[in-house]
Amino acid sequence: MIRSLGLLLAACWAVTGWAATEPYGYPFDDPFVATVVGTPETDRAKFTVHVPTKRDSLTVFRDREVPDFLFYEAKLRYSYALQDKPAPLVFLIAGTGGAYNGGHITAQAKAFYSAGFHVVSLSSPTIPNFIVAASRTSVTGHAVYDAEDLYHVMELVQAKLLKKTKITDYFLTGYSLGGFNAAFVSRVDSQRKVFNFKRVLLINPPVSLYSSISLLDRMLENIPGGVDNFDTYYNGIVSAFGKLYVRAKRLDFSEDFLFQVYEALQPRNEELAALIGLSFRFSSAHLAFASDIMNDYGYVKPKNVRFTRNTDPGVYREVVFRLGFTDYFHDYFYPYYKKLDPSLNRHRMVEEMSLRHIEDYLRNADNIYVMHNHNDLILEQGEIDFFPRVFGERARIYPTGGHLGNMEYRDNVEHMVKVFTSALDGQPL
Amino acid sequence: MSHPAPRLVRYLLLASLLLIAGCSTTPIQEGDTAEEAFFTPEQILGDDTGTYEDKQVYDPWQGFNRTMYRFNYYFDKYIFLPVVIGYFKITPDPVEEGIHNFFRNIQDLTTLYNSILQLNGEKTLNTTTRLLVNSTVGLLGFLDIASDVPRSDEDFGQTLGYWGVGPGPYLVLPVLGPSSVRDGIGQGVDWLYYNEVRRRTTSMESWQETGMDLLRAIDLRAHVKFLYYETNSPFEYELVRMLWTTKRELDIKR
Repeated sequence: MIRSLGLLLAACWAVTGWAATEPYGYPFDDPFVATVVGTPETDRAKFTVHVPTKRDSLTVFRDREVPDFLFYEAKLRYSYALQDKPAPLVFLIAGTGGAYNGGHITAQAKAFYSAGFHVVSLSSPTIPNFIVAASRTSVTGHAVYDAEDLYHVMELVQAKLLKKTKITDYFLTGYSLGGFNAAFVSRVDSQRKVFNFKRVLLINPPVSLYSSISLLDRMLENIPGGVDNFDTYYNGIVSAFGKLYVRAKRLDFSEDFLFQVYEALQPRNEELAALIGLSFRFSSAHLAFASDIMNDYGYVKPKNVRFTRNTDPGVYREVVFRLGFTDYFHDYFYPYYKKLDPSLNRHRMVEEMSLRHIEDYLRNADNIYVMHNHNDLILEQGEIDFFPRVFGERARIYPTGGHLGNMEYRDNVEHMVKVFTSALDGQPL
Repeated sequence: MSHPAPRLVRYLLLASLLLIAGCSTTPIQEGDTAEEAFFTPEQILGDDTGTYEDKQVYDPWQGFNRTMYRFNYYFDKYIFLPVVIGYFKITPDPVEEGIHNFFRNIQDLTTLYNSILQLNGEKTLNTTTRLLVNSTVGLLGFLDIASDVPRSDEDFGQTLGYWGVGPGPYLVLPVLGPSSVRDGIGQGVDWLYYNEVRRRTTSMESWQETGMDLLRAIDLRAHVKFLYYETNSPFEYELVRMLWTTKRELDIKR
């Protein structure tokens, strides 16, 4: 009774709060600029607390054979920071190509740690370390398999941490693909009930993986002269950054580096789109290559060719950089899972790798919240409507921010933390 | 990173030379012909096939370099970093800061002679000012009083580059990491210069010198934000090679 009253109050507050909100102050209206530049230093949330982050690693599968070429990926690396008293714990999952120690996830960890949570930072299943050390199939990007792998890792981490501290409640969040992962992990937990997540927060998740990867692959078409000019384009970027580096006396790779570069170069939107495409191309190349080496699948490396610890990947490296996420999907991912389940077809696979596939679960899971942006670049036209339709008041949609650009903006950070703290102190969100 | 104890470097060099023999960089092929992968180089790269090597950094000693890169990873993980972390634990922050300033001040000596050799008036003037102020008012460099005067890093490798000497083959040095033949020689010359200056200006016992060198190595490592095999790329060796080579080219122009 008290709970439902609280929810009602929360809903009322949210509605009036929305109406009374001041105009959103995130500085970049353009989604391409937002996505590349992020949040300038002065607009970021500030925390003075020192986060006692510890790096650790664990063996997920005892009998796993690790290929020589990737010998250093045998153990899954992650980090955690514990309060010195019993506290609730937040699991953080990084986005596509993101590791446990990347920029966004570190900023999140800081915010939650400052608010009194223990935090655990986990890498995305799409990075080589996870593919080699923690994925059962080593063919990642699969909504269900990745969620089960993540869940397994979370259980192992939990067991380790319970020897060091007391954990009062569990929370879960992820951004971009990590948000998508979090939704499916939450569904696993609704059956297995190991953590009973008090709240789960999805930040800028894709709706359909396939439509998002198609959009991202297409961004590289903005390269002047097309994808075939990849090398020329790439060298051009390196030399543009280089000129800037030579010219600026005090420019270094600080937190505000991208903002400084943006101000100096004032790039056009096509250039920014190509840059975003390039960054995702790195992720897809690393994923596909690590997976191919791990499974000896014959995607770009011939099956009877074995890489040693000293092997120069040479021409195979060049090949894999010319291939995108959609190539991986059609010519590796789908055939691989089709072998495990012969009844699978391409269409069904696309359908299942989507939040729409678990729409009923998401609608009824009143502990799952969303933060998203109206102009997020990884969504197709109209896909954003999925969130208010399914999550109702539990979805907060910002007018600007592009893809993750406003994630470190002070209002966003405040809301992100409040989604979790409000569940603890009974205050309305 | 540069200049740890020279004797250590000599032993490591010797050990690594012995390793060169067994470092092939070609993959092992089972059977007479390679099977075709789903995507072949001919199909994907078309006319570009074969131009790949030309676009790379010149790296004829890649087998040795890759072995050394791996050695550095183990050395870093099991020896260097634990020592650096221990150092951080036992030393109060202001002392660390002071020691860091002290070694930066010493590094300015290297920048000074190289700025002169590059006939760069501005850098010579700035570095001289920094050295004079910090070595006196800044208590032998423990305080960076002259922090408003722009600081630059010039070394003999850059001086050679400035006068038109190309980098030569890429070279991964034991402990010190990425370098080139030119820059390796540069590091050696800087080291000799530094030792000569120290010999003439102080009267340290050799154990004191070694202690100072170790402390300098620890301080240097503590301020390099890099961890081996944490770039999330299966092509980390190539990535580091490209970034390092580009950075050196730019530093020479800067």
